[in-house]
Amino acid sequence: MSNAVETVGLGRRYGRHWALRECRLSIPEGRVVALVGPNGAGKTTLLNLVAGLIRPSAGSVLRFGEPVRDDPASLGRFAYLAQDSALYPGFRVADLLTFGRKLNPRWDDDLARDRLAQLGIPPRKRVRQLSGGQRAQCALVLASAKRPDLLLLDEPLASLDPLARHDVMALLMETVALHGTTVVLSSHIIADLVDTCDWLVAVNRGRIQVSGEIDELLAGHAVVSGPVDRRAHLPDRLPVVTESVNGRQVDLLTRATTDTFGPAWSVRPPSLDELVRGYLGAPDASALPGPVALAR
Amino acid sequence: MIGFRLDARSGVPTYLQLVNQVKHALRLGLLEPGDRLPTAAEVVAALAINPNTVLKAYRELEREGLVAARPGTGTFVQRTLGRVGAADRARLHRQLVTWMRSANAAGLDREDVEALFEAARQDVAEDVA
Repeated sequence: MSNAVETVGLGRRYGRHWALRECRLSIPEGRVVALVGPNGAGKTTLLNLVAGLIRPSAGSVLRFGEPVRDDPASLGRFAYLAQDSALYPGFRVADLLTFGRKLNPRWDDDLARDRLAQLGIPPRKRVRQLSGGQRAQCALVLASAKRPDLLLLDEPLASLDPLARHDVMALLMETVALHGTTVVLSSHIIADLVDTCDWLVAVNRGRIQVSGEIDELLAGHAVVSGPVDRRAHLPDRLPVVTESVNGRQVDLLTRATTDTFGPAWSVRPPSLDELVRGYLGAPDASALPGPVALAR
Repeated sequence: MIGFRLDARSGVPTYLQLVNQVKHALRLGLLEPGDRLPTAAEVVAALAINPNTVLKAYRELEREGLVAARPGTGTFVQRTLGRVGAADRARLHRQLVTWMRSANAAGLDREDVEALFEAARQDVAEDVA
């Protein structure tokens, strides 16, 4: 199977500051990718580079094995929903459809109309009359009517209440089920990514820190918990990603290990939230395919 | 057709919750051989989960011989899990509902009912042993 996105040595510099550097990434086709990282870590820069909105200062990006170009064939295969989905507030929903139809060669007007009807969004309404949730749904319908093979979404859920977040995710997952679209979605809210995403990319301080299948990452790590005063008894070779002390208890996020630690210690698989927070809190640790350096 | 629901706090993996709900419906006779399971797109449109999770659950059910995928048409129930006939099940269900009403009337709460149910189950298990 080929890769929807592949970057080699990718970097982007603003003046002296590298927003993203030495980024090597392969995202297989058909994945739903969670792109996570603190504010300013380089998530939006990465999405903008993959979308071709900005040019790399170093390295290269391939989409479906081809360099990012401005021609209609290349542009038609992907859709990008930037932060604060920029729908013209004065446009009617029907105007947006006309706009989309005239600009996109692969446009699927029936799909757009059916979806909007299903969601109860009247074509006569103006964008500014829609609720935040409806606007996000409308933007997602427009993006999927392009029939993209790759759909990039920057914080699509940020301004939505829990019910609207569920509805937008449901629409997104249905698109994936029907068309096999590859999705890359950035978010701060890990709970929204559980059960929806199957691939994790963590960006931290301008570098890719984690990239891999979520089930494999979870199976490949463990949370070891026990009394803090026994911490020194744990084996030195234990591959610890990060550790935190809560009162008398110490919790360690480690790579999966076959060591046993005695009755005082419990070992369990981490949640996605624990895995993400563990890595983002330890910027020098990484979980990447191929040889990795694990910092202690 | 079966409608799935998820309990995020149960700690049970999502695909297993789907598997268990199909088995539950088979036991209760809510699903019968020949019934079609919802498509992955239908399930994810309701639950907002990754389609692969649904496919994984259906593969597991298929592996156990409970359902079969027919390309282009859907996934269909192959056999049932209920070992008693519909008439017996209906009679037992009626008796249990009558009992449950008198338990409610006597002021028993859910945990009381569960404790009594478990105690009765153990009494019967001792009879058999």
